[in-house]
Amino acid sequence: MFESIGILSLTIWVPIVAGLLVLATGGKDGASGGVDGQRTLALLGAALGFAVSLPLWTGFNVSTAAMQFVEHANWIPLFNVHYRLGVDGISMPFVVLNSFVTLLVVLAGWAVIKTKVAQYMAAFLIQSGLINGVFASLDGVLFYVFFEAMLIPLYLIIGIWGGPNRVYAAIKFFLYTLLGSLLMLVAMIYLFFVSGGSFDILVWHKVPLAMGAQMLLFVAFFFAFAVKVPMGPVQTWVPDAHVEAPTGGSVVLAAITLKVGAYGFLRFTLPILPDASHELAWLIIGLSLIAVVYIGLVALVQSDMKKLIAYSSIAHMGFVTLGFFMFNSWGVEGGLVQMISHGFVSGALFLCIGVMYDRLHSRQISDYGGVVNSMPRFAALFMLFAMANSGLPATSGFVGEFMVILGAIQVNFWYAALAGTTLIFGAAYSLWMYKRVVFGPITRPEVAGMTDIDSREFLILSMLAVCVLVMGIYPFPVTEVMHASVNNLLEHVAHSKLVPLVAH
Amino acid sequence: MTLIDFLPIVPEILVLVMASVILLLTAANKCPTAGYVPSLLTLLGAAVLTITTGGLGTDALVRDLVIVDPMGDVLKLVTYLAAMASFVYGRAYLREFGLLRGEYFALALFAVLGMMVMISSASLLTLYLGLELLSLSLYTLVAMQRDSAQASEAAMKYFILGALASGLLLYGMSLLYGATGTLELSGIAEALHGQTGGTMLLTFALVFIVAGIGFKLGVAPFHMWVPDIYQGAPTAVTLFLASAPKLAAFAIVMRMLVLGLPELLHDWQSMLAVMAVASLAIGNLAAIMQTNIKRMLAYSTISHMGFLLLGVLAASIAGFAASMFYVVSYVIMTLAGFGLIVHLSRKDAEADTLDAFRGLNRDHPWLAAMMAVVMLSMAGLPPFLGFYAKFFVLQALVGGGWIALAVLAVMFSLIGAFYYLRIVKLMYFDTPSEGTGRIAPAGDAIGLLSLNGLAVLGLGLLPQGLLVLCVTVVQASI
Repeated sequence: MFESIGILSLTIWVPIVAGLLVLATGGKDGASGGVDGQRTLALLGAALGFAVSLPLWTGFNVSTAAMQFVEHANWIPLFNVHYRLGVDGISMPFVVLNSFVTLLVVLAGWAVIKTKVAQYMAAFLIQSGLINGVFASLDGVLFYVFFEAMLIPLYLIIGIWGGPNRVYAAIKFFLYTLLGSLLMLVAMIYLFFVSGGSFDILVWHKVPLAMGAQMLLFVAFFFAFAVKVPMGPVQTWVPDAHVEAPTGGSVVLAAITLKVGAYGFLRFTLPILPDASHELAWLIIGLSLIAVVYIGLVALVQSDMKKLIAYSSIAHMGFVTLGFFMFNSWGVEGGLVQMISHGFVSGALFLCIGVMYDRLHSRQISDYGGVVNSMPRFAALFMLFAMANSGLPATSGFVGEFMVILGAIQVNFWYAALAGTTLIFGAAYSLWMYKRVVFGPITRPEVAGMTDIDSREFLILSMLAVCVLVMGIYPFPVTEVMHASVNNLLEHVAHSKLVPLVAH
Repeated sequence: MTLIDFLPIVPEILVLVMASVILLLTAANKCPTAGYVPSLLTLLGAAVLTITTGGLGTDALVRDLVIVDPMGDVLKLVTYLAAMASFVYGRAYLREFGLLRGEYFALALFAVLGMMVMISSASLLTLYLGLELLSLSLYTLVAMQRDSAQASEAAMKYFILGALASGLLLYGMSLLYGATGTLELSGIAEALHGQTGGTMLLTFALVFIVAGIGFKLGVAPFHMWVPDIYQGAPTAVTLFLASAPKLAAFAIVMRMLVLGLPELLHDWQSMLAVMAVASLAIGNLAAIMQTNIKRMLAYSTISHMGFLLLGVLAASIAGFAASMFYVVSYVIMTLAGFGLIVHLSRKDAEADTLDAFRGLNRDHPWLAAMMAVVMLSMAGLPPFLGFYAKFFVLQALVGGGWIALAVLAVMFSLIGAFYYLRIVKLMYFDTPSEGTGRIAPAGDAIGLLSLNGLAVLGLGLLPQGLLVLCVTVVQASI
């Protein structure tokens, strides 16, 4: 059945198997020795998962747009459904990013999570494998299975370890995302018949489609991905889910799952439906600009730090989708860079908030003030991430936004001008929050008693800081990887897929 | 007519004889709990006979009455499995409630016999005979808990409404006989061949027959009995009547409509479409409001049966195979789901309210995990079996050009996801309410339950085998 077990299979199954092992060792709570063992096992699993994803980066051939590390096995041959994996320059960085973030999340939950440790760690590991599967799938059904299945661990993570309103948030998160994907399922089945009985995504890229069909398929795929990205008007689950999720859950949500939606646009919507994408680009551009400007303003008035970062995520993802629908390489590559950068920055910010929450058990900005006095090391790192979030040059946040604005200005000056306001709003909400939380005199005695970050927390945050800085100063290794694939995609999208009219 | 003519129906004969023997032994009061092991052995024996006689084909005597085809054989095998599983899961419960008597097993075996006859029926007569045998056995099973007012009420309702449905079906059959002059299903199809559109008489017959079948399937608008009976019956009996009979009901849909009335395809297609959509709507919406898990699962069953009809009305090999896959998956999931409810129930604490599942993960993580798998599978989430069941039906629908129905079906699945998720939420997110001491689960059934739960996951990861089986047997039988 398997020709060979490839690297991509390992990146999917190593975390899942590790997660099941952790789950199997999990007994009743209270046995502290066992808990340490479970944590160590989870860390080993996550580290191994990250390690097996590294060859994807080092062994990647940047000169081709073809799928690499391709694997194939029969799965449901009766319906031509295959276990078909492969990555190109668009998907590969996310597999590595996801494996990296999982490692951080396991570390971040190390001391914080005290109940059901095994289940917590297992949920993240299994989730990590499933998300790798989403990025690596080249078969529609396989993609859908991973795409849906990843909701289950996240649903449990939010619902079990989340905040006070966690049940509402978990169910809302689940139903919103399910709503989107079910329509996509019907669209995929339709494509199966149109393409002559194939679920191969690459075959779908080549199927000619009439405009009407493209429009309907666009709507179906749009719901699936827009919910995940998220775009208005289906973004309302995001603040709830981010706020109620435990720190690790927020990190994964912001850093990875939002990317799945944006990735879907590049893998499905643009190449399969190029004409509808051009035709309906105004819709996406409009929604993206609304996200950038309006959600940026909404972020400004938040009093809850997590909510603020959640809204800022929506605004940043608006940038991503804006870039994609500029149909030029600055825009698309900028969007991709922005996605990766946002993975680091939003993850880091949620971790920072988690660090403070662990000490004071509050997410309200007004409960803090003067944190720099008691936590100088933390304040320095937090500063870097707040700056990156506002798009300061030399941080990763700048690169992506700058590239997208460059792409947008080629299309329409006003797109670029409106998008550019993010540099103002982003700075405003990030730095204002930072100022209120970190600077100023200590107003509450609890803040004075906050201890600075320990070596574990320092390690996590500084790893992310290095990523943010390296990508900000020298983004070439990242863009180099994407270049061939993005150009190939743009060339593909430029060709109409409308069925040539049959002569009477 | 020689003895050899009876070979194709040897499994039926075995079950009949054994059911009678168990009944006699019980009547003689030789051994009050004797039924359990002999019943299991009977079903095992029937399975062996079904497999060995599978290749024989039909014979002279029984040709007019009985069809032995691969589809029927597979459905029968799953029926035996389902019946065996419900015996194993239900034993501790039955003992607790004083229902572990020979009569239970004898009646259950008669019900199984009824299902076998339905599955094999080649004529209206056998079909009706099997249906009545099944129904009468089930009425009695529901009523077995004599000291429970709820069970008696359920049995009464079931009996009256069931009799009405049988009457409708019988009336439709008599009209059909009047129109065609034969009871044989293939003969009816022949007689109707070339008929363009139904005459008034045929349409009448079809309406009554579809209503009767809809009633037995428990699809809207003939679903009223389902929640009451599921809730009122002893849980072990609910487990039995919610699982295996659906296979037989699927079989009579196939025999009656596909084998007997293919000429009226367009008529019954639209009827099934209405019934399917109504079932999906009523089943999923009403389930949200339930606080009793048996009742909730009853409404969920209604919606599942609606989904099943969607596959049938696609009227293609792919559609019939998808429906068969669906019904088999449904039986596997239902067995695990009700099995767990039965398993957690004890005399003082029947686990039939949603609250009984509150915080289950804390005390029994393994049981909670299995229940979660079953619920998510019923909700149609990958990578579980229920997803593929829905997926194949949707594929058949879209392939047949029924895209709007497919979209409608997935939208109702979304609503359905809500109440399945609520069970997961109760088990994982909530803490057990104090005062309700959790009963310790008995060990004997847990092995099979685990296997059953893992099957929901395992068949979901690798659905090819079951799918190929369904497609092959449907192809061979139509």
